[in-house]
Amino acid sequence: MTAKIPVVENILSANDALAGQIQAQLDQAAVLALNVMASPGGGKTSVILRTVRALMDEVRIGVMDGDIVEIDLRELAALGLPVSLINTGGQCHLDANMVLRALPSMNLGALDLLIIENVGNLICPAAFKLGVHFNIVIASVPEGADKPYKYPSMFRGADVLLLNKMDLQEYMDFDVDYFRQGVEALNPGVAFFPVSCRTGEGLDAWFAWLRAQLNSRSAAG
Amino acid sequence: MPRTVHELGVTQSILQIALRHAERAGAARIREVSLVIGELSSIVDDSVQFYWDLISEGTIAHGAVLSFTRVPAMLRCQDCAHEFPLNQHDYACPACASSKVIVADGEQFFLESIDVDLAEPQPGL
Repeated sequence: MTAKIPVVENILSANDALAGQIQAQLDQAAVLALNVMASPGGGKTSVILRTVRALMDEVRIGVMDGDIVEIDLRELAALGLPVSLINTGGQCHLDANMVLRALPSMNLGALDLLIIENVGNLICPAAFKLGVHFNIVIASVPEGADKPYKYPSMFRGADVLLLNKMDLQEYMDFDVDYFRQGVEALNPGVAFFPVSCRTGEGLDAWFAWLRAQLNSRSAAG
Repeated sequence: MPRTVHELGVTQSILQIALRHAERAGAARIREVSLVIGELSSIVDDSVQFYWDLISEGTIAHGAVLSFTRVPAMLRCQDCAHEFPLNQHDYACPACASSKVIVADGEQFFLESIDVDLAEPQPGL
């Protein structure tokens, strides 16, 4: 006898359950966590370095990096920050299982802000919740203004969008209005910061946004 | 080959969910697994069936056929309510040219149902 059994379960339900465990650990330790996503070369490490240097005298920051080598972490470790490599073994994205297993390497009780650098990829990381408070997506001018149209899921899932390498705009014919129109359709009202990690342009607005999130959490706690 | 690793992980998730529901129903064999995949969700291609055939070996799911219902991404104009498929060049409404549009469909990513052979009642039980 055959039968059709209704299931209707999210394919990533196991990942989402683990993401819930991560969020519970973070919230218990009152740590604000960010999942930083971008293409390879979009500026994840540059944004993180800039952010760490701007805020490290105010809050205690740790960085976890999803990669196969430690290169990106050396500069951060040299600043005296707790850092941890989440070895992805060549995976195209971080998932909640990898982060949860690596979490004990960070002393959450000694942190206010945890920055998780995802694998450089504009497609796969968008689907996997990590239990963080904000998804930070970095696009960059040389990649072209059509990225929200080619990789809609990534822009749909962003809580904050940084458009990096604004110092190159005049050389690239980057149409900011076209870019923003695509983003607004997918993700109305997303926090948007045009920045340049090379010149520092626009970064203060991003730091102010992040400070406001940290303050509202510490006030609530 | 990062993308293939991605599909393998997704296939493992699908297999776990299918086996859990099949066991709960007392199924002897899974014949078909129906998936609903929106265009805006995670990418899943036909390699899932290839991985399925490998990793389901030795389980009651071996030999099952995966069927995909693909749901296109749709946008809806907030000015004239026109619905239109998302394309990769322009999100403005083709009916009234408004750029005030929102996503209306295409985010599904779930296992809808499984077709199974139910176990025959064992004599003497």
